[in-house]
Amino acid sequence: MLEILIKSAVLIGGIMTAAAYFVLLERRMAAWVQDRIGPSRVGAPLSLLGLKDLRLWGLGQPAADGLKMIMKEEYTPSHVDRRLYVVAPIVILAAAIATYAVIPFGSLLPPMEIGGEKVGPIQLTVAPGVDVGIIYVFALSSIAVYGVILGGWASNNKYSFLGGLRSSAQLIAYELPLGLGILGVVLASGSLNLERIMAAQAAQGWYAILQPLGFVVFVVAAFAEAARLPFDLPECEQELIGGYHTEYAGMKLLLFLVAEFLHMITASFLIVILFLGGWHFPLITGEADATIISWPVALARLLVLHGKIFLVIVFFMWVRWSWPRFRFDQLMNLAWKIMLPLGIVNFVAVAVLEEIRHSYGPDESTWAWSLGIIAASWVVFAAAWLLTSVANPLVTDNRPRRDLAPLEVDSPL
Amino acid sequence: MKADDPNIKWIEEPKLGLAGKMYLPLVAQGLTTTWKHLSKSLRGETVTVSYPDEEPKIGNPLIYRGVHRLNKDEAGRVKCVACFLCATACPAHCIDIIADESPWSDREKYPQSFTIDELRCIYCGMCEEACPVDAIELTSLYNLTGRSREEMIFDKEKLLSVYDATKEQEPMQSPALGGTAT
Repeated sequence: MLEILIKSAVLIGGIMTAAAYFVLLERRMAAWVQDRIGPSRVGAPLSLLGLKDLRLWGLGQPAADGLKMIMKEEYTPSHVDRRLYVVAPIVILAAAIATYAVIPFGSLLPPMEIGGEKVGPIQLTVAPGVDVGIIYVFALSSIAVYGVILGGWASNNKYSFLGGLRSSAQLIAYELPLGLGILGVVLASGSLNLERIMAAQAAQGWYAILQPLGFVVFVVAAFAEAARLPFDLPECEQELIGGYHTEYAGMKLLLFLVAEFLHMITASFLIVILFLGGWHFPLITGEADATIISWPVALARLLVLHGKIFLVIVFFMWVRWSWPRFRFDQLMNLAWKIMLPLGIVNFVAVAVLEEIRHSYGPDESTWAWSLGIIAASWVVFAAAWLLTSVANPLVTDNRPRRDLAPLEVDSPL
Repeated sequence: MKADDPNIKWIEEPKLGLAGKMYLPLVAQGLTTTWKHLSKSLRGETVTVSYPDEEPKIGNPLIYRGVHRLNKDEAGRVKCVACFLCATACPAHCIDIIADESPWSDREKYPQSFTIDELRCIYCGMCEEACPVDAIELTSLYNLTGRSREEMIFDKEKLLSVYDATKEQEPMQSPALGGTAT
């Protein structure tokens, strides 16, 4: 019990602090990409004590941002549905945090002695050994849609409602490719348990290499699920004023924004755990199925896992400034006409390759067989990608059709 | 206007090549562009500066349009001949000149008072263009601040002192730049 409490405290404190500092990193990255310097001033305000202020490269910025949000007037418009209006940010943040119950934030800690009592080995998951891990994560990430649509509905504002509808359509559409991307992983690892999926990758190889198609489908869908650019349709100043949280201010807005950031961190965790090997790195992270590991190995695993997650998040932020965002019809086309077929192709390919390996492969996996399987999956990836590109359903022509009866555009009535 | 009106010029969307349809080359292209900017910024070559700590670099101070100054000639007299061309050219009507008979023999008039309302000024530089004797010029002082409106109305003494403060860095415009400075 105590162990679980400590773990959840460490985890919630950790991800909240991480989210705050990732906001700072995001702002700095945005500035760098745009040839600016970015927030670099807020540090320790020692001038309150009569000393010189410390800048600390802007590391005090998250505190200032949070303080600003808390001090702001928490204005509730009179036309909102008050109960749902209050519930929406709570739902979305609670769902975002609850996801972390089954997500491993490390591997194991070796046994240790605390106050004369033998403890351990401690598994670094709040609820270790949940055999429906991925399904739980998916269930909760679907609840995030409720937060969005409740926020849009409760605001009682046409634009917020449009934003809520639009983002719920997006989130639901991309849940399918997300699930299909995972199916291949589940099939190959034979488990829904996230810890066991990581261990399977340590034995078989990273699924990003073994199932490139699934990896791409999953990453694209994860971007869309986290509502990150180029898929940030839920918010759009030009079209929707703000999006589903237009009518929110102060702490409630902060909850929405934090939840959005947590979705991105969750997506990075899932990408790393499901496809990039989790804590596994060749040579330095020890035996995959060892139940007791030494301290250096435990620390190496922690560092590897969090280093990978950090890199994936940096990639998220880097992508944000690289590509133009999609129009809504393009977004839907991408989901239903490209990602869904690709996901199905990936699932079938993984199933067929697994079956071939089980039926005809040697009992002990050999290099030739592993390389053959990898090559086959990359061939499938290239072929499927080429096929969808040539079929090219992304090109849409929205102009009025000239072959139909000529339209009177501005005829006097 | 109908959709098939001959005056409408229909432009076909450029066809995407295979690389464009594959999308991945474009993805890489986008990432390289942002990466170039990112790494440039990380090397410290940003466009913006950390302002109060670091002054921005002004490209050519001679043609920057900042606070005005009234130039002096070799004898230390104000160059202005109170011809009112600058006040006439000024679109913001911020120049106010009171002319008087000149005490010197080489010109007829001189400004008894010459005030510029720096708050009304839009820093367009038309006064500088209009001046026939290069008496009024805009300096590269860009961070002008004051605590009251009265303080921001610059009189002749103040404008002449701006000249004294900036004549070293920004000599009067040379004939090469269209000026008549000697």
